[in-house]
Order: sequence, then structure tokens, then C-alpha cells
Amino acid sequence: MFAGFMINAWVVATIVAVIAGVVGFFVVLRGSAFPAHAIPNGAFAGAAGASLIGVNTLIGLGVFSVLAALGIGALGRRGRHDVVTALALVVMLALGAFFLSQTTEYEPEIFSLLFGEVLGIATNEILPVAGLGVVCIAAVAVLYRPLILSSVVPDIGEAKGVRSQRMEMAFLVVVALATAMTVPVVGALLIFSLMIGPPAAARSFTNRPPVAIALSVGIALATVWAAIAISFVTDWPIGFFVGTLSAFSYVVGRAWAAWRRTGVPQTVRSDAVERLVAF
Amino acid sequence: MHWVFESGFFSSHPVHVAIVVGSIVSVVSAVVGVFTVMRGQSFAGHSLADVSTAGGSGAVLFNVNPLFGFVAGGVVGAGAMELVGVHRARGRDLATGIVLGASIGLAALFLYLGATRSSTTGASQQILFGSIFEIDGSTVAIVAVFGVICLGIMAAVQRPLLLSSVSIDMAAARGVPVRVVGLLYMLALALAVGLSSLAIGAILSTALLIGPAAVALRLTKRIGWAIVAACLTGVGATVLGVLLAYDSYDWNSRHAAWPVSFFIVIIIFLAYLVTELPFVHAATTRRRDVEPVMFPGVDR
Repeated sequence: MFAGFMINAWVVATIVAVIAGVVGFFVVLRGSAFPAHAIPNGAFAGAAGASLIGVNTLIGLGVFSVLAALGIGALGRRGRHDVVTALALVVMLALGAFFLSQTTEYEPEIFSLLFGEVLGIATNEILPVAGLGVVCIAAVAVLYRPLILSSVVPDIGEAKGVRSQRMEMAFLVVVALATAMTVPVVGALLIFSLMIGPPAAARSFTNRPPVAIALSVGIALATVWAAIAISFVTDWPIGFFVGTLSAFSYVVGRAWAAWRRTGVPQTVRSDAVERLVAF
Repeated sequence: MHWVFESGFFSSHPVHVAIVVGSIVSVVSAVVGVFTVMRGQSFAGHSLADVSTAGGSGAVLFNVNPLFGFVAGGVVGAGAMELVGVHRARGRDLATGIVLGASIGLAALFLYLGATRSSTTGASQQILFGSIFEIDGSTVAIVAVFGVICLGIMAAVQRPLLLSSVSIDMAAARGVPVRVVGLLYMLALALAVGLSSLAIGAILSTALLIGPAAVALRLTKRIGWAIVAACLTGVGATVLGVLLAYDSYDWNSRHAAWPVSFFIVIIIFLAYLVTELPFVHAATTRRRDVEPVMFPGVDR
């Protein structure tokens, strides 16, 4: 399974897992599971649209994901957040359906867009994916403090000039960029599993953000690597293993928390927050 | 009127079936959807569509009637969500997401196994986007029956459901069996979503559940009127969507018709955007309703 044609998959999957682990920590922290599921559907529509007009898929993925994120952010200011997210999701999928209807897209390609495909990565795609990954990590690093503040103690954040709505918009765009690059391997429908299962499990073991993020990345890596390996051996779709292994890690996390009877930490550790809040 | 109604529209059998099934599904989804939006359970409603789709894929694989797969999938999924039943919104969303992810993975597996067994092409597309013009005539009766059952459940629980949606503690204090009511509601939701996913695909299921209800609740706070408005919006979008999809067959030389789901979703989305317009906003709040705003968390 480490033959030449598989190397691309391992490399990209590793990048994907790191991004998902980092961004996913904040997805879980902010309770943004629904947007994290909805935005990749924008990526799906973008990929379909890109292939329709003959543009590089990655561009389509990126543009439409960001559009979806901006739409949710903008409409979500005035309307219910979950309703707006649902609408954005169906609009994106409907657009995807429309684009597909105007091409002669074959089933395997649709399947791999939605559920992931281990073998679908061309070597010249690795660099853009890595580049986008670096951008995401950099964005999270720059936004780290205001992001934690607005997620955990939004009032204090507001007092310090962190506008919640701006943070929300910025965060959604980061999620969009993160998912745009991950769709090719893991699939539009399953990338969000990677963004909520491992981070949720990590938060069950620790409530210190840096440790939780590292643990989240570690679990995501283990999940993705195992998924590739088992998928390679069984020929079953990688998406199935990503979905079930992510769920498994979540369950383990909850079981651990229940056994320790500490419960899922509702907040980041207070001294960590204090360090962030104090100048 | 020839250019509006392309030839054969009124006599086409698939069109008749599409409109009838679509309308029934729209009404059922609208009624359940109003409560879903009120309770802030849009994510759960959407997830159940994907979960029941996984059930449907599995049913096809094991040669069981897809209807049972869709409904059973929805019921099992709803049960799982209730079981995990974290009452804090964030924990609940997380659990819903996990169930959703696992179900989608399962659907991927079923689709893959189904494709290697038979030579069904386009299965992914079919299941997600539905095929409203290819519904079998016998499905109409099934949809109608399950639709009536679902509406019956909703009629029975609507009063206690309303109470417990506003304030679960107040309802419990008044002796409302909140747990039972919640379960019955989830059952109705599972039925509605399973039905619509089977008939018109997972995307439209969510769109018709959330969209018309969201539009209605932005126009009025009174539940009776909201249900009426949601039904009208849903049925209107469906019928118009079917018409446009039928007409689109002739819009280009390749006869590549645009998907029905595309039209219906876009129409609903446009309706929602219309409610965002300043003068609509003003018009619907100038009239002071007698009832106070009862539903915490519902905007306006």
C-alpha cells in the first residue's frame, strides 16, 4: 500500500488530517457542527461547476466554499443561524445538481467527490493543497487569541474589541478554505466527520487548548491513516472508514469522560482563559 | 400560454404524479417543519434525511422494499439522537453530527456494494437528488397513507409540543409528559423526512422541511398562520418547480433538462430572501400581533 501511486494519498491525507484537527478543535468549541457540514457541500457544487466550464477543480472548490461560508455568515446575522445554514446547504447541493445535469458526469466521479477517493490525487495537486493548508494554519495562529475569546467568553471578547460577528465570518471562511482542500481525498460529505469526531474526543481528555489541539491532530491522523490502509486492503470506500472511525473516537472520548465522571468539558480551562484575557 | 406550459404538460402522467406526491410531501414537511424550525432542530431534521437515505441504500442492497429502509433508517436515527439526548444545544449538535457522519459513511458503503453487485449507475445522484418524474404510481398511495399518519401524530401532540418547545420546565410543571411528546415529535419527523427522502431525495427533503417553515415564521408569529403560509409556500414552490423543470427540457438543443430539485430549492431560497427585504420586514412587523413573542430563539 506504499507503492508509488499511493504516496500522493498518504501525503495529502496527512495534510488533511492536520488541518481538520486544528480547525476542527474550534468547530467543536464553537458548536459549529452544522456549518462544518454545510460548507463542504459548497465545495461539491464548486467542483461540479468547475468541471462544467473547464476550470481547475481546486478553484471551483475554493470559490464556492467561501461563497457558502460568506452566505451563512451574512444571512446568519439577521436570521436563525441553523435555518440559514440549512438553506445554504440545500442551495449548494441544488446548484451542484444543476451543474451535473449540464455535463455528462459519470457516477464514479460523483461518488468520489462526495465520499472520497484514495487514488484520485494528481501529483501537481499536492502543492496547492499544502499551500492552502499553510494558509489555514496561519489564519488560525493569527486569530488564535480572539477566536478563543469569542468562542469561550464572548462578552469579555466584545469588551476587548473582538466583534463576534466578524470572528464568526472569519472563522467560517477558514472552515471553507480547510474543506476546499480536503474534499478531493475524504469527500465533501465526510470531511466534517474528521472535523468533529477527533476534536471532540480530544476535548474529552483535556481542556487545555494547545494540548487538545495537538491531541485532536493526532487522533485525526490516526483516523485518516487507518482509513486509507483499511480502504486499500478491503477496497471499500474510504469515506465509510472515516465516518465510522470518527464516530468511534467520539464514543471513546465520551466513555472516558463518563468513566472519569468529569463530563465533557464545557469550557476551556479557566487559567488558560485568564492568560488570554489578561494583558 | 404555450411558452409557459410546454406542450404535454397537463396530460403527462409523470407530471401528475410528481405534482401530487410533491404536494403531499410539501404539506407534511411544512407542518412538521414549522415545529422543527421553532425548536431549533434544523440540523436534526437535515441529518435524519441523510440517515434515512443510508437506510434506503441498505434496503436496496438487501432486497428489501426501500420504503421500509427509509422509514426504519429515520426512526432508528431519531431514536439514536434522542438516546444520546444531550440537552445542551452544542452537545446535541455534536452528537447529531457524529450520527450523521457515521450514516453517510454507511451510505457510501451500501452504494459501493450495490454498484459492484448490480450495474446501477447514477445511484448516488438518484438517492441524493431524487427523481420526482420517475415516481411509480403505487408510491402515491403509500406516501398518502404515511403522510396522514404523520399529520395525525402532529395534530395529537401539537398543543403539548408547543408548550414544551417554549419552555420545557413550564410544560413539565403543568403535567405535560415532555419525554413522550418529544419522542412522538421525533417519530413524526422521522416519518416526514423518510417519506420525502424516498420520494424526492435527501436534498429536497431538507429544503421542504426547513425552507417554507422559515419563510412562514419570518412573516408571522402565530402558529396557525405559519403552518398555512408554510404549506402554501411549499406546494407553490413544488408545482412551479415541476413546471419549470418540465419546460427546461426544451431550453437547449441537447434536451438536458434542469433538475426539479434545483428549481424548487432556488424558489424557496428566493422566497426567503424576499422576507429579508426591508419593506417586507416592516410590513410584517407593523401589525402588532395580540400574542406576545412566545418562542425564544425565533428571530423577530
